[in-house]
Amino acid sequence: MKNYRYVARSKSIAARALGDETMVMSATDSTLFTLNEVASVIWAAADGVTPLEEIVRNRICAQYDIAPEVAMKDAQTLVEGLADHGLLLLSDQPLVPPGSSRGEAP
Amino acid sequence: MSGIVVEMAAKALKLNIPLSVQLDLTYRCNERCIHCYLDHDDHGEMTTAEIKDLLDQMADAGVFYLTISGGEIMMRRDFFEILEHARARTFCINLKTNGVLIRKKEAARLRELGVERVQISIYSHRAEVHDAITKMPGSFRQSIEAVRFLRAQGLRVTMANVLMVQNSLDYQSVKALAAELDAKFMIDPTITPMMDGDRSILNLNVDQATLQGVFRDGTLVGNVEEFCAPPGSVDEEALNMLPCSAGHTACYVSPYGDVYPCVQFPLPCGNVRRAKFVDIWRDSPQFKEVRSITLRDMPSCSQCTHGATCTRCPGLAYLEGNMRGPSSQDCEKSYARTGIPSENYKARHASPRPLQSLNLVQIQGLQPAVRNIPAKMTEGIEASL
Repeated sequence: MKNYRYVARSKSIAARALGDETMVMSATDSTLFTLNEVASVIWAAADGVTPLEEIVRNRICAQYDIAPEVAMKDAQTLVEGLADHGLLLLSDQPLVPPGSSRGEAP
Repeated sequence: MSGIVVEMAAKALKLNIPLSVQLDLTYRCNERCIHCYLDHDDHGEMTTAEIKDLLDQMADAGVFYLTISGGEIMMRRDFFEILEHARARTFCINLKTNGVLIRKKEAARLRELGVERVQISIYSHRAEVHDAITKMPGSFRQSIEAVRFLRAQGLRVTMANVLMVQNSLDYQSVKALAAELDAKFMIDPTITPMMDGDRSILNLNVDQATLQGVFRDGTLVGNVEEFCAPPGSVDEEALNMLPCSAGHTACYVSPYGDVYPCVQFPLPCGNVRRAKFVDIWRDSPQFKEVRSITLRDMPSCSQCTHGATCTRCPGLAYLEGNMRGPSSQDCEKSYARTGIPSENYKARHASPRPLQSLNLVQIQGLQPAVRNIPAKMTEGIEASL
């Protein structure tokens, strides 16, 4: 699942930020997940049009003391795990139709 | 509850976030249930725009679990427009409905919108008993059809069985029917007073023997010995316990925008037509008062042998005139569970006057709008009790 650049939150979820964490529930099987602070940053930025690489560079590496390649690898593990549960969509193309607004983070 | 849910609830409590809200869209209904306390006229429901704005405010305030109820929710022509907006704001949504207006098309739409669960009230496995309670001929057939339509879409369904004199013998058969339809079953053994203080409806409550039967039914409560065990001691930890989530991580909003700690706790805390939801939640003196109360602050309950294990509902206590006092219906339940009477139970049963004729209602701050609050829909004790 490495041939993707873009990540977008699925519409089939319920989610809410709770402090610096995020609760995400899968609408398909009602499994509830919590995302920690860093994962929440990626989740909130997963608008379908911002490349994951850009999210990691601007939102993670700029704020946390972590090497870019390590951060990218961790981010890929995270988003692929969330995609496996149907919470995120991954694509090599932008996931929001042209002209529509970017997805709003919960 | 799972570990994550408990952790999230604890965090919400710490951060003063209203994690759960019940929003009633309307008090209008197509049924006329004998245990319902609603004035079914429309006294000025929030408009579609007002409700959408409220949903936005609630999402921003951190509300995650949203229960949409009524009245009958589908009496609102804009129901799906509201639901669509709520899902766009990524709430986890439970619906409470009688299901009469849910056919194949509506079930498919609910599935499409990603509703978490739909709760439908089923009072009996016998159509004539159910229909006599709803006072709507054919309602049993329509509600059961709704369960089938929803299940066919793969939606999770709960069949809620409110126990009362009229259907006290039927809950096992309703449970079997739920299993047959692959729906969850829950039973609520408490009929609560009308919000205007009228307690006459309490005569629909089942008697002690029936309550005891429910509480000793292992298929409902799990480990009966554990569930009905004598109460433990009221220690320091117990004295610092909060009564329930009402006002702490949960609240209720009426169709008219009134905000209360819970659908069963009609203490007016503000109105979203006059103030922002989050300001009411954070700053209302009434919410602050509710949040300040622990078991230690309850003169009677803190001394009660059931203090640490009682299911005391602060809303029912409030309806008896004192939110720091006992809830007599929970005293009844504690006795039914353990066989050990509380002092309040003993005092009430020593009284020559029947329960419903006691002049107990001195509702603090009762406003005219409160008359329109449902005392109880099918809130309450789940099968796990």
